Amino acid sequence: MLSNYVPILVLAVIAAAFAIGSVVAGVLVGPSRYNRAKVDPYECGIEAPAEPAGPHRFPVKFYLIAMLFIVFDIETIFMVPWAVTFGSLGVFGLIEMVLFVATVFVAYAYVWRRGGLEWD
Amino acid sequence: MSVVISAAGSGAGPVVAAAATTIDTPSIQYLQLSPVLIVFGVAMAGVLVEAFLPERARQLVQPLLTGGGFIAAFVAVCLLHAHRGVLAAGAVAIDGPTLFMSGTILVFAALSVLLVAERKLDSAGGTLVADASVVPGASGARALRNARGMQTEAYPLMAFSVAGMMLFVASNTLLVMFIALEILSLPLYLLAGLARRRRLLSQEAAVKYFLLGAFSSAFFLYGLALIYGFAGSVELGRIADAANTVGRHDTYLYLGMALLAVGLLFKIGAAPFHSWTPDVYQGAPTPVTAFMAAGTKVAAFGALLRVFYVAFGGLRWDWRPIMWAVAILTMVVGAVIAITQRDVKRLIGYSAVAHAGFILVGVAAANTEGLSGTMFYLVAYGFTTIAALAVVTLVRTGDGEASDLARWQGLGKQKPLLAGSFAFLLLSMAGIPLTAGFIGKFSVFEAGIAGNAVPLVVVAVLTSAIAAFFYVRVIVLMFFSEPTGERPVVVTGSTLTYATVGIGTVMTLLLGVAPQPLLDLANHAAASGFVR
Repeated sequence: MLSNYVPILVLAVIAAAFAIGSVVAGVLVGPSRYNRAKVDPYECGIEAPAEPAGPHRFPVKFYLIAMLFIVFDIETIFMVPWAVTFGSLGVFGLIEMVLFVATVFVAYAYVWRRGGLEWD
Repeated sequence: MSVVISAAGSGAGPVVAAAATTIDTPSIQYLQLSPVLIVFGVAMAGVLVEAFLPERARQLVQPLLTGGGFIAAFVAVCLLHAHRGVLAAGAVAIDGPTLFMSGTILVFAALSVLLVAERKLDSAGGTLVADASVVPGASGARALRNARGMQTEAYPLMAFSVAGMMLFVASNTLLVMFIALEILSLPLYLLAGLARRRRLLSQEAAVKYFLLGAFSSAFFLYGLALIYGFAGSVELGRIADAANTVGRHDTYLYLGMALLAVGLLFKIGAAPFHSWTPDVYQGAPTPVTAFMAAGTKVAAFGALLRVFYVAFGGLRWDWRPIMWAVAILTMVVGAVIAITQRDVKRLIGYSAVAHAGFILVGVAAANTEGLSGTMFYLVAYGFTTIAALAVVTLVRTGDGEASDLARWQGLGKQKPLLAGSFAFLLLSMAGIPLTAGFIGKFSVFEAGIAGNAVPLVVVAVLTSAIAAFFYVRVIVLMFFSEPTGERPVVVTGSTLTYATVGIGTVMTLLLGVAPQPLLDLANHAAASGFVR
């Protein structure tokens, strides 16, 4: 019965061998020519701007907008198929959709009342 | 053109025929689903309360609304006690274990609401912070810490989490189970970061819990995908049928089962997936720790039992060795590492890991006794843990809870009643006779022996002895050591905290002295088994 787990063991061995093998092969085969770009965090051609020291803050507004966008995006994802099949889903579909929209509206009301929609 | 789209499941619901297309709409049994729906409704109402009521009113309305909702849902669970069946097009199963565990979760959640609503402990009122989004160490953070009020969003978050837990134990398909897993987890990640004191530790706990939790959810989802690839369905019953069919190519089945197990064992806090437990238990506000320790454990074990007994019941000879290994590792890791802990909340965290191992003995037994023993153990453990953490909230210094064990020296002479009940709760965790913990351990070990898991039970008894050592050490520390250095201040809480300590301690005693009614209830719930 434990033989069922042999493939998992084999997979683990292959994964480990691949990980170690890649690093070793890179060290052995790759040319290591030093230049300044190599020590940058992201080697993408653009010099990274200096990070301000210590804990710093960035505007949380964009994050809120992104969250709201996802909420309405998901709502649309459900709305469109429902609209297409409205006739055949009938009353059942209407009730379920009203319940769904009502729950989304509760979240919206919370954001609105707590000032999440004010830009400044 | 005539297209027939058939929703999976009973098809007993009203069929609406349109001109060109027919869609079988599933029937939703709102009455049988009412416990979960009540809690969801309360959570929604809680969000509206947050939106429209002023701060002062929220402090009063939210605990009443949430606590009342949990009690109403508990009553609904009791009224449904005779119902069995698969609801909502095969998505949710109502059976003995579902109802038993839903009821348990609701009781623990209601007790935790009492702890969260406690406002006399901290000089600023309550153990939850007034504004969780302020960066620790930033200017104004100290002023904020002393700001009155609290983040009352905690109540709707708890309600959402409880609804997720109830759905988690009731899910009949893996997809619903995954959604329930997320509903129960996401609010917990937020709640873990709401401690008023030691903000940095609390936020660290929240981030760690979130990252590791998201990682384990990904494991669960990957397992779900592989199982779907194997069985062609996410319904637990159909997976069981596919798994019992001889001659199928079963690599996906075993891989999927292993990955699902990782996701579920993470939530339980079983080794080697336990590393979040001590950090999160320590960093989260203590009322939230109590809620998490008791509620999540019940929910996660409920889901683990359902997946492994229903979907993989026919494969028990394949998964039992793994459960054995995990159970042994969990017990040993929890009990041995707990010995070195210097912080009372971390100690309870590692003790939770050890207890997860003991409960896994009941799961690994893979029989009806194992199911009922597991359910009894979860009830006993939950009451004991909530009461113990309620005591922790009362023992404070000027700067929050005195969670360092050195501070607890000589507490027995200072506050004999409080220290006495804490000692009793620790004895229950150690499994001393006449406590709930003893009966719980006895029933899972008995089930283990009935399920031919004698070596596992031997290890469990040995690790219980190791675990007893560190529980007794705390008792010795409280009663037989002279206080050194700074002594903690035992603050006077309000009736809420005392009620929680009282209920937890009395239930621990009652379940130890007269366990038969609850054992009968658990046996009755387990006897009818899982529906599929």
